[in-house]
Amino acid sequence: MIDLETTYLGLPLPSPIVPSSSPLLEKLDNLLRLEEAGAGAVVLPSLFEEQLTKDSLELDERLSQGTDRFAEALNLLPDLEQYNMGPERYLESIQKAKAALSIPVIASLNGNTLGSWVRYAKEIEQAGADALELNVYHIPADLLETGHSVESKCLELVKAVKSELRIPLAVKLSPYFSSIGNMALEIDQVKADGLVLFNRFYQPDIDLEELEVVSNLQLSTPEELRLRLRWTALLYGQISADLGITGGVYSASDALKCLMAGGKVVMMASALLKHGISHLKKLLEAMVRWMEEHDYESVEQLRGSMSRKAIGASEGYERVQYVRLLAGYLR
Amino acid sequence: MARPILMIDGNEAAAYAAYQLNEVIAIYPITPSSPMGELSDQWSAQRKPNLWGTIPQVVELQSEAGAAGALHGALQAGSLATTFTASQGLLLMIPNMFKIAGELTSTVIHVAARTVATHALSIYGDHSDVMATRTTGFALLSSNSPQEAMDLAVIAQDSTLRSRVPFLHFFDGFRTSHEEARVEQVTAEELRAIIDDRFIDEHRRRALSPDHPFIRGTAQNPDVFFQAREACNPYYRDCPGIVRDAMERFAQVTGRSYHLFDYVGAPDAERVIMMMGSGAQAAEETVYQLLASGEKVGLLMVRLFRPFAVSDFIAALPATTRKIAVLDRTKEPGSIGEPLYLDVLSAIAEATEAGQVPFPAKPSVIGGRYGLSSKEFTPAMVKAVFDELAKEQPKNHFTIGIQEDVTHSSLPYDPSFSTEDPRTLRCLFYGLGSDGTVSANKNSIKIIGLETENFAQGFYFYDSKKAGTVTVSHLRFGPKPIHSTYLINRATFIACHQFFFLEQFDFLHNAEEGATFLLNSPFGPEEVWDHLPRQVQRSILDKKLKFYVIDGYRVAKDSGMGNRINTIMQTCFFAISGVLPVDLAIEKIKESIRKTYGKRGEAVVKMNFEAVDHALAHLHQVTVPSEANSLFDIRRPVPLEAPAFVQKTLAPIIALDGDSLPTSAMPEDGTFPSATTQWERRNIALEIPVWDPAVCIQCGKCSIVCPHATIRGKVYENALLDSAPAAFQSALARWKEFPGASFSVQVAPEDCTGCGLCVQNCPAKNKKEVGLRAINMHPQPPLRAQEVENWAFFLSLPEADRSKLKLNQVRDVMLLRPLFEFSGACAGCGETPYVKLLSQFFGDRAIIGNATGCSSIYGGNLPTTPWAKNADGHGPAWSNSLFEDAAEFALGMRLAIDKQADFARDLLLRLTPSLGEQLVDSLLQAEQSSQEGVRLQRERVAALKLLLASIGSAETKQLTAIADTLVKKSVWALGGDGWAYDIGYGGLDHVLASGRNVNALVLDTEVYSNTGGQMSKSTPRGAVARFAANGKDTRKKDLAMMAISYGTVYVARIALGADDGQAIKAFLEAEAFDGPSLIIAYSHCINQGLDLIHGLDQQKKAVSSGYWPLLRYNPELLKQGRNPLLLDSKPPTIPLAEYIYNETRYSMLKASEPERAEKLLALAEEDVASRWALYQNLAAMPVKTMPEGEPE
Repeated sequence: MIDLETTYLGLPLPSPIVPSSSPLLEKLDNLLRLEEAGAGAVVLPSLFEEQLTKDSLELDERLSQGTDRFAEALNLLPDLEQYNMGPERYLESIQKAKAALSIPVIASLNGNTLGSWVRYAKEIEQAGADALELNVYHIPADLLETGHSVESKCLELVKAVKSELRIPLAVKLSPYFSSIGNMALEIDQVKADGLVLFNRFYQPDIDLEELEVVSNLQLSTPEELRLRLRWTALLYGQISADLGITGGVYSASDALKCLMAGGKVVMMASALLKHGISHLKKLLEAMVRWMEEHDYESVEQLRGSMSRKAIGASEGYERVQYVRLLAGYLR
Repeated sequence: MARPILMIDGNEAAAYAAYQLNEVIAIYPITPSSPMGELSDQWSAQRKPNLWGTIPQVVELQSEAGAAGALHGALQAGSLATTFTASQGLLLMIPNMFKIAGELTSTVIHVAARTVATHALSIYGDHSDVMATRTTGFALLSSNSPQEAMDLAVIAQDSTLRSRVPFLHFFDGFRTSHEEARVEQVTAEELRAIIDDRFIDEHRRRALSPDHPFIRGTAQNPDVFFQAREACNPYYRDCPGIVRDAMERFAQVTGRSYHLFDYVGAPDAERVIMMMGSGAQAAEETVYQLLASGEKVGLLMVRLFRPFAVSDFIAALPATTRKIAVLDRTKEPGSIGEPLYLDVLSAIAEATEAGQVPFPAKPSVIGGRYGLSSKEFTPAMVKAVFDELAKEQPKNHFTIGIQEDVTHSSLPYDPSFSTEDPRTLRCLFYGLGSDGTVSANKNSIKIIGLETENFAQGFYFYDSKKAGTVTVSHLRFGPKPIHSTYLINRATFIACHQFFFLEQFDFLHNAEEGATFLLNSPFGPEEVWDHLPRQVQRSILDKKLKFYVIDGYRVAKDSGMGNRINTIMQTCFFAISGVLPVDLAIEKIKESIRKTYGKRGEAVVKMNFEAVDHALAHLHQVTVPSEANSLFDIRRPVPLEAPAFVQKTLAPIIALDGDSLPTSAMPEDGTFPSATTQWERRNIALEIPVWDPAVCIQCGKCSIVCPHATIRGKVYENALLDSAPAAFQSALARWKEFPGASFSVQVAPEDCTGCGLCVQNCPAKNKKEVGLRAINMHPQPPLRAQEVENWAFFLSLPEADRSKLKLNQVRDVMLLRPLFEFSGACAGCGETPYVKLLSQFFGDRAIIGNATGCSSIYGGNLPTTPWAKNADGHGPAWSNSLFEDAAEFALGMRLAIDKQADFARDLLLRLTPSLGEQLVDSLLQAEQSSQEGVRLQRERVAALKLLLASIGSAETKQLTAIADTLVKKSVWALGGDGWAYDIGYGGLDHVLASGRNVNALVLDTEVYSNTGGQMSKSTPRGAVARFAANGKDTRKKDLAMMAISYGTVYVARIALGADDGQAIKAFLEAEAFDGPSLIIAYSHCINQGLDLIHGLDQQKKAVSSGYWPLLRYNPELLKQGRNPLLLDSKPPTIPLAEYIYNETRYSMLKASEPERAEKLLALAEEDVASRWALYQNLAAMPVKTMPEGEPE
């Protein structure tokens, strides 16, 4: 019998496969099906502070538009009793998930101002989330903003949130730091409980016919996993925060590789969106099959077994080896 | 127990009492009473109970006639029921009012009294509507203020239950219905003490019920009707006494005392004014002032006008009364005098006859009219009436407040007479409709009225434009109750929130000496002086004004407030007016921001707080120089080249000085010249489009969507460019019909509203810089002078030869001169592009019957009118009859034209010997299906008229008078969905069934747009609207399918933003079809909760989601053996949610009640799917199986 149990952020998980933030997790029914399929925990869709602000300002703009402008129509739309423009509905979804599930419920927060991050984080904790994942999402489009400034803002934020929370905190990072390792270390030093590698930005595209910049959701591809494997393998054993991997996990082999590189949990969104919730169960079954075939007993045994620390050689993860690889490709 | 003190307007005060004391409320929107229905609907949606703990059922009907019918039914079935209305709405209730009164049924109808349309419509207040109900048998009870509107609403309810006589409780539209004042609420406990449930039981026992059946509403014959009609006499005899008792009961409970007639003034007065309504407050103020100077004057206020209590009236007058002036706020042409005057004469005569008068000699009585359509009624006018009474032979049947210089009925008055209390702070704020000025002032009024010991009064004026509206807020604060029911003209504080107003109006003439003047200015304290017109500088110096500036727009921009400067200017007002200590004021402003905006989200509160915090740092006092040195002045309201009528009559109205016009300046029958918007030149756009000929593909898409006809194209001979201004742009025309010609797109810089729809619709992108298109927005001020010159040159260029144009192409439509231009519609309006299109195609021979609504307001509200004329002097003839009858009105026009054309043809035949066969034949056989055919017929008619003039018989004169009807006319009924789906549906249906050649254009915004977005039967499922505060439950009526079911009506559903080509085809086909046509046009609208710049995108989404399938049903196709239904749009390609959630009317429900929104969305998706399937099936059916019925 293969032991799939693991811990993440100090929480016991029945399996290391965790569905990460995606619209799939908006419905309670889906959460229950994911638990039944063997998910170790769930990361709820993100509370986007930016979205709350945008919705709020837009509602205000529309309700104010045309007000007290024309004698026959002093207001254009009735003013309703409430608009739920704060995080209330998100907090309610946490409560509902907690009441329905026995696996840990991890909330996710995506913000852009320090004050709101802390406020919303505390409210999420009060709503009963088992842990919080901070999704640090920033495009430094201002050319005057230095790398140092980007990093210190991120650290300041993690520190501020951590100091106010009792529940564990994971930080979901982007790969766009000059020195990811150092960034990870610094986040580790401000006592984040976990690091999730890496978030994916919506990337712009150009519509040639309409001459417009378009930005639509592209599901991740298995190729994206390699970047995550590298940094997990490099960080494993060097920082105390738990490592989670997200982006490009589709198959049981992908999941096994993540665990071997050093991931505590393997997160999935695109694969579930593409193949449905039942895919999670199939993946776990295939994982178990492989482990049985290869005489593994537990995921604990797998974890970090292929990390840089475990293989004892730096070459595999550190050298880029352009020349040889390219030469091979051309041949 | 302390009663709650509220800062509310008269509508809310009356609605509170009505809601508390009723259980069924039948409503229909009409200004200025709509808020009473809206509040009731809102309270019901919020599940607020009435006095008996049950939530009143509020139901919207299809018209006021419907509301009255429902009211009648609810009463007959034993409910406590009410309705609210005004003006034409009240007229529609009259038939039921006779029935309700005849059946002695207890109810109160609350009326915000409004002018009945005569020579013109007016939304403002007088008693012409109420007076039209005098014969119904309803008791008429008048309130003079917001407090009285609540109090007398209660007294009316108490009285009707006890007397069984139904009541009409009324107060002045706008002056009372919209005045905000301190009101002491009658509490639920007090209401319980006043209303006796015994009478409710009796009311219920009298109700129809199959459990104790009887019938009511029989038909009676001459033998008994008369006697039976007299059987109600005891009830009317007893009614005044019952009201008197109800007033006493009310006084015992609340401490506020009323009488059937309330007298104020000298106990030994000799001269008395008698009147009812809000004007009595101004009169009361005047009486007190005159008493102080020793004059023996008094005022008798009428509360209960009907039943008229003669003895109470006589008893209320001082025995010393020698002369009475009765003031009526209505006009009854042809009568000996107005209603109140006649009643007073009769009452005195009867009482004298009966020996029941205390007067030593019979008082002499004169009558006069005042205050029609909310005309100002001031203490100066009251004094003039008292002065007139003092004369030996005072003028009877006078008018006061205007200069009536035709029959010379008006009394002169001295406008400098004032009764303003020096302790009252009087503030005027000039703002723009979109800048939040009025909202901020409403807020300030609440702060001062509720948080300080001061009394407060707020009244707001709006001009009739929907874009660039000028608003004027009149605020009074003071230690004494405020009864000044007139506008402020001696302000102690004046704020101008828009810098560009300085060059438009002289508003400082209203400033008192030493007043404070606050200006929102992009120029700081050092530079501003040099940017002021000379007259403004002179006023500041002469009146020794304290002058402050703030760059409100900069603060707003920095705080993320966009163009809303409300809280910023409010903070400045408190900082310099001294009403409250600044810190306390800021604290209160912030409290009210949280209260008002808190539920819209923290970000909104934060943004407003920031604006408040930043305001004071940017407020500066200006050190005023010693002389006026400006080189420019307030500009003329219209240019010198404008026609004489425009100069004489319209210009003062534009300059907000219409009150100064005498009667002789006004047309006597409501007829006004066309094409006058061109002289107004409002300059309201901050940015205007600028054409880039190098990028332009000459497609015409900018022009076709322009709501104000301010961006146009012309093709012209290249040589004409020789005299073009230097900055005039042109390109080689890409029309093969015009080889070698030049082409230009030109904007009317002073008429454009800057909405940006043209840029949004421009498909040509600059290849080097894709952010730019063939037209791009640029700031207007630096372009103005140059573009004014270019526009004038552009207008001088000849119009394209219509015979060479392909009218079914958008680019060619651009070359047709719009005969509907520069209307007062909203910037970015979704309706007017269709109206303009109609005018471009058929304007030179169109006659239009317009339903009341947005289109009648932007189409026909003074000062200027947008319907225009072409170079030959031809253009649309336009009129508005009523809201409900546009289709019938247009049918009448059709009948008249057809009949006259018949007669003309008959006369032609009779006169053939004199006219010659060739001319007669060519006139009779004329082919007029094309523009060219129409042009040739016009030429023939012109020739005919010349010939007729040379003959000169009776028949030739008759033919001359009607010869123009031989030229084909295009008859249109035009209106919104409130008209077509609801109030006018019966008539529209009848006209469609008539087979006559009438075209109906429905501008479908899916709500009653003009009155503020009330639900119609066009409102879609799931959308929030007024009267549907929880989102509409039921699906939208399919008007197109209903019309299609006749099989003989041309029907089109169009959306210009989605498919302009289809829209054009629909217009051309509908007009060409020799029978009734119906075009239903998707019109994006500000009421949908949409930034109008995205209106066209929303139209596309409406179509691509399948919500708005484009279709044409042409009965002509049947004759060709083809299926008449053409489905012009593709099956849905995007989910409905992707379309609807861009609009606040849907998204606010999703935010507020997500589960309900989800449920309604699912049903709406089903609606879309099932309707699409139905259309698809019908469009695919073989012709044989189509419904029978050949077009006639």
